Amino acid sequence: MKALFFIIIFVVLIVACWQFVKLLGLTKVDNQTATEKENNINGWLMLGLMGFIYGLMIYSMYGAKDVLLPRASASEEGYHIDNLFVMTMTLILVVQFIMQFLLFFFSFKYRGIDDRKAFFFADSHKLETIWTVIPTIVLSGLIIYGIWTWNNVMDSSDAKDPIFIELYGKQFQWDARYAGEDNQLGSANVRFIEGTNTMGVDMTDKNSADDIPLVVNEGKFVKELHVPKGRKVIFKIRSQDVLHSVFMPHFRAQMNAVPGMVTEIAFTPVITTAEMRLNEDTKAKFEAINELRKEKGEEAVEFDYLILCNKICGSSHYNMQLKIVVDEEADFNKWLATQNTFAQINNK
Amino acid sequence: MSDHHHKETFVTKYIFSQDHKMISKQYLITGIVMGCIGVFMSMLFRLQLAYPEQSFSIIEAFLGRAGEGGVMTPDMYLSLVTIHGTIMVFFVLTAALSGTFSNLLIPFQIGARDMASPFLNMLSYWLFFLSSVIMLLSLFIETGPANAGWTIYPPLSALPQAISGSGLGMTMWLVSMAIFIASSLMGALNYIVTVLNLRTIGMKMTRLPLTIWAFFVTAIIGVVSFPVLLSAALLLIMDRSFGTSFFLSDIYIAGEVLHYKGGSPVLFEHLFWFLGHPEVYIVILPAMGIVSEVLATNSRKPIFGYRAMIISIIAIAFLSTIVWGHHMFVTGMNPFLGSVFTFTTLLIAIPSAVKAFNWITTIWKGNLRMNPAMLYSIGFVSTFITGGLTGLILGDSAIDINVHDTYFVVAHFHLVMGVSAIFGMFAGVYHWFPKMYGKMMNKDLGYLHFWLTAISAYGVFFPMHFIGLAGLPRRYYNNTAFPIFDDLLHINKVMTIFAIIGGLAQIIFLANFFFSIYKGKRAPKNPWHANTLEWTTEVDHIHGNWAGEIPAVHRWPYDYSKIDENGDLWGGQDFTPQTVPIRDGEEEF
Repeated sequence: MKALFFIIIFVVLIVACWQFVKLLGLTKVDNQTATEKENNINGWLMLGLMGFIYGLMIYSMYGAKDVLLPRASASEEGYHIDNLFVMTMTLILVVQFIMQFLLFFFSFKYRGIDDRKAFFFADSHKLETIWTVIPTIVLSGLIIYGIWTWNNVMDSSDAKDPIFIELYGKQFQWDARYAGEDNQLGSANVRFIEGTNTMGVDMTDKNSADDIPLVVNEGKFVKELHVPKGRKVIFKIRSQDVLHSVFMPHFRAQMNAVPGMVTEIAFTPVITTAEMRLNEDTKAKFEAINELRKEKGEEAVEFDYLILCNKICGSSHYNMQLKIVVDEEADFNKWLATQNTFAQINNK
Repeated sequence: MSDHHHKETFVTKYIFSQDHKMISKQYLITGIVMGCIGVFMSMLFRLQLAYPEQSFSIIEAFLGRAGEGGVMTPDMYLSLVTIHGTIMVFFVLTAALSGTFSNLLIPFQIGARDMASPFLNMLSYWLFFLSSVIMLLSLFIETGPANAGWTIYPPLSALPQAISGSGLGMTMWLVSMAIFIASSLMGALNYIVTVLNLRTIGMKMTRLPLTIWAFFVTAIIGVVSFPVLLSAALLLIMDRSFGTSFFLSDIYIAGEVLHYKGGSPVLFEHLFWFLGHPEVYIVILPAMGIVSEVLATNSRKPIFGYRAMIISIIAIAFLSTIVWGHHMFVTGMNPFLGSVFTFTTLLIAIPSAVKAFNWITTIWKGNLRMNPAMLYSIGFVSTFITGGLTGLILGDSAIDINVHDTYFVVAHFHLVMGVSAIFGMFAGVYHWFPKMYGKMMNKDLGYLHFWLTAISAYGVFFPMHFIGLAGLPRRYYNNTAFPIFDDLLHINKVMTIFAIIGGLAQIIFLANFFFSIYKGKRAPKNPWHANTLEWTTEVDHIHGNWAGEIPAVHRWPYDYSKIDENGDLWGGQDFTPQTVPIRDGEEEF
């Protein structure tokens, strides 16, 4: 019934506008297209809109600087991505400023005056050539640099002594498995899922025995995925049910988890969690966050690297996360030694 | 044809009409209704995003059990974004935009009495109507409408165990879309045949207004790509209902292993985006055509670089069919393909830049008449530039990695295809309303409508880029599970306030539109002093468009402010309609 009430309000508003039109209609001089006065007002308003857009751009950039991700990429590969990003963004901002200026300034400057003649100017090969060739050159540069970066980031075939970790997505949590001593992940398929073997690892595969699963603990932030600083981590990604996406924004890394196939993404962490907590950007951001949380009576939080799910996967898609801890390599090895391999778990 | 003017009954005139003008109005009204529903949904989920745990009686009123206590459920949130996307992309910006203006303008502007097949045209509208009804009915079923996102990626969309909306809701979505595609194909084939065959004497392809070029090329991309979505939908129906494994493999859900083996969701993504990317050009090209026409008419200047504009439309259309992979950089597709799609995608920026420069040059040294249609066209160019530029980031595989599927993408495509195409559509409505209804719309309300809409469009979508850069993924019911996003809440609030202003501003348009149909001032024959053929027809619609002979065409449509050798305006007026023969000593452009 309430919906009906809202619809009635909506209709009443339309009728109110309708009555307003009637009033305007009575006082209106008959002129189909815009009058000089209207051209003038709207011309000035166009300048105003330009001001609004510029203001919004500057204000957003200024105001958003504290809410963005820390500028320092937590992975080596991320540096290249960030360079390309900054270059492209600079180009975009320059072009945006110029183009919007020309558009709105011309809209203002050439606002109609009754006895002015427009300039018949239908074509100019010279101009058109200029603005076909210049974007072509600029874009060629972007394309070459972009593809170079992409290949750099995606190709991990020449990695020295990488560590393999499997990430396994399911509604609505991330599981993980380290490749163990032989640095080879045992094969797996959902058809092996049984009892405690929740990731469907093939226990008869000789590579499986030394694999180390991240022990399943329900609830958030109980599980921690540790990775070593300075060593390439190659993630092998699987999904149990629907599409998920491993999104690690601080490392500039993202890859979908696709049921029926294994996907891959790799990076070399270069900043430990402890170091990132001391980063200026992070400190500023978390001070602001904790201020807000205090107002709401929530407890203070500390920075942590995260995996978020970034492909719609069901009702609780908005809360599918895993904490990542980047350790110095020695600490990482110490931590890994405390974890149980499948062989140890199964023999218990 | 005008001579067999048989008597029309109410049903053949207003309901099962075969007249292109009536069908065009039917498309527009249906589109407006669907658009209101789509926009209203967005206002509901914007409330949820800005005020995550607060109760709103409007949410409870409209969502019922899914909004108990005034807070919507996560499933309902996902349903709203899914149906909002579907309605806006397909029902409003594809069907209503092309359907309204292609139907209205193709026969009018090429000088034809009607479409090549009026019957097919009628069928096309009624299939569209049927698919709209099915889509809306799916809002009322027990398990809720489809909620796997408008891209309906399987397995989520294939398995009712995975999410509630993938039961009956998804079935209805697929049936509705299958009918929609049939409708869209009938329309598109009709447009192509009509443009190729029914042009009046003298109307060479190089004398067509840019609107017609845009509709024509749009229809071609539609015919090429929509069947692929139909095939994807049919295969998905097979997977869902008949146990095949086209898109599914190795799935364990709700405690059991499903029998599917050997399929791949990535195949679906390829099929979907093979339509999905051309689709955004199906949406934007007609708007570009409309804007080109309106800018030239109201600048009292020829469109700059007519031939370059045609070439860039064709180039965009061609490139649009070979760039779909840029939606799939992080799906596990071979990285080599990522390089290929980066290359083709960034190339699209070239014809797009040419178009933007040409529009700006068109208004340079013009004598701009700032009527509402003109304001919307200038607004279109502005949002197209702002939204289009960030495409350079999303189309570049390496930097796409970290913004893929975040709000940065949402901001990008809302500006470049959502807001821009809607602006193009509004420009079209304000410009051709006199031709559709024989009445003038109220200008003051038009101004108010534009300024509120333009400010709120930027207010919603500009800050949205930044929450995307902060790493916030799209399609999150709320962000409270991640403390790192706590500081984005106030930005969300600002965006929601602008969204509500923008949504309410549309009431002004609705009132103006419906008021003017009944009570608007009677329109003169050629209110904007435009050159194209539709303004040579009578104000009141007649069957067959022209009472006598169809006029012959002697020149291109953009002879505005043309001067003779003495520097005076040709014929003493600043426009020369296409029907005026080339005069002595005049050079044809």
